[in-house]
Amino acid sequence: MNGPQDLGGQMGFGPVAPEQDEPCFHAEWEKRALGVTLACGAFGAWNIDESRHARESLHPADYYASSYYEIWTKALETLLERHGFVTEAEREAGHSLGTSATPKRVLQAGDVAAVLAKGGPCDRPVPAPSRFRAGDRVRTRIINPTGHTRLPRYARGKIGVIDAVREGFVFPDANAHGNGEQPQWVYTVLFEGPEIWGAGSDPTLSVSIDAWESYLEPA
Amino acid sequence: MAHDHDNDHHHDHDHDHDNHLDPMAARVRALETILTEKGLIDPAALDAIVDTYENKVGPKNGAKVVARAWTDPDYADWLKRDATAAIASLGFTGRQGEHMQAVFNTPEQHNLIVCTLCSCYPWSVLGLPPVWYKAPPYRSRAVIDPRGVLEEFGLSLSQETRIRVWDSTAELRYLVVPMRPAGTEEMSETELADLVTRDSMIGTDVARRPA
Repeated sequence: MNGPQDLGGQMGFGPVAPEQDEPCFHAEWEKRALGVTLACGAFGAWNIDESRHARESLHPADYYASSYYEIWTKALETLLERHGFVTEAEREAGHSLGTSATPKRVLQAGDVAAVLAKGGPCDRPVPAPSRFRAGDRVRTRIINPTGHTRLPRYARGKIGVIDAVREGFVFPDANAHGNGEQPQWVYTVLFEGPEIWGAGSDPTLSVSIDAWESYLEPA
Repeated sequence: MAHDHDNDHHHDHDHDHDNHLDPMAARVRALETILTEKGLIDPAALDAIVDTYENKVGPKNGAKVVARAWTDPDYADWLKRDATAAIASLGFTGRQGEHMQAVFNTPEQHNLIVCTLCSCYPWSVLGLPPVWYKAPPYRSRAVIDPRGVLEEFGLSLSQETRIRVWDSTAELRYLVVPMRPAGTEEMSETELADLVTRDSMIGTDVARRPA
């Protein structure tokens, strides 16, 4: 979706503000927000693509006014409600008011180290050979899906070169919406600055994205 | 007396926080309470997650990878070809580091990593991302005005240096291998790792020069 998350090339947000000796967390609640988000992810009720889509589906005014842990927390409320774990009434009461869906698993403290060390690889075999090879010229498609996508607006309809053929990966545009993993080949596609930003671009700039095969056509 | 008062005030202040939560703290507390009451989360698991990223996984991991690559050409070659395996060989694996790619700075090309669409970041080698990495100013401008962004970090590149920006739009996670500073020929791998800052592995900085 052409949502608030798609920030590449937008203007008006002001300078970057690096913080000297930045702490890992800026408040106690941020720690719990991280913990509860990861622990709920372990339910197996949704995947990372559905999570990302829940975050980018916040109203733009809300998204831009929120810190990243606020965005995570608001999206988590949506996911927990959508999948039957926590109702709005419960959030207002601050307590459980009844039964809920049953998760595939509950993350126990003793399993945390192993679960985090294992991660969640999302490479998948793709039976068909890759359509493109390193060095091929490609054009990104002009698409405006209303659901989740990982093709940023600034890189749509642009000509680039296949910099690397990666592996097959879960296709987020499908996986975010419960339509299965539908894995596709992923490529690193390199664009020259002026192709993306026009004649005024820094001539020393090149930008790459990682693109699923269906985002690309031969050029 | 003034000293006692300060102590009392400090105590009250802490106490106050526990009872009058700000709105976000209250929302997170509500979720944790409800889910714990339902037996769906283990609060001790949350503690373990926080402890992992506060104390165990962080940019020191990435610095070890870089220092090894600086001192061992075979390792550097492996890191170029198969970063996931080369990094795993040092014990760094897991969440948001499942599919790694190392990109090497050269005198001709400086690499910069961003995630314009969310906050993708190589947790296994750098830990959790800093606030600025997740915020709109960096995410919006890194791809269109990287030199301007680098200036805000105090980094001024030669006009001849090419800038390659890697937008992490899929599940690959990128680690920049900064150039080894001059005058470090005699330094050990451990001493070298101290020169490798977090930002130098994102590309918003270069490695420190030895003191």
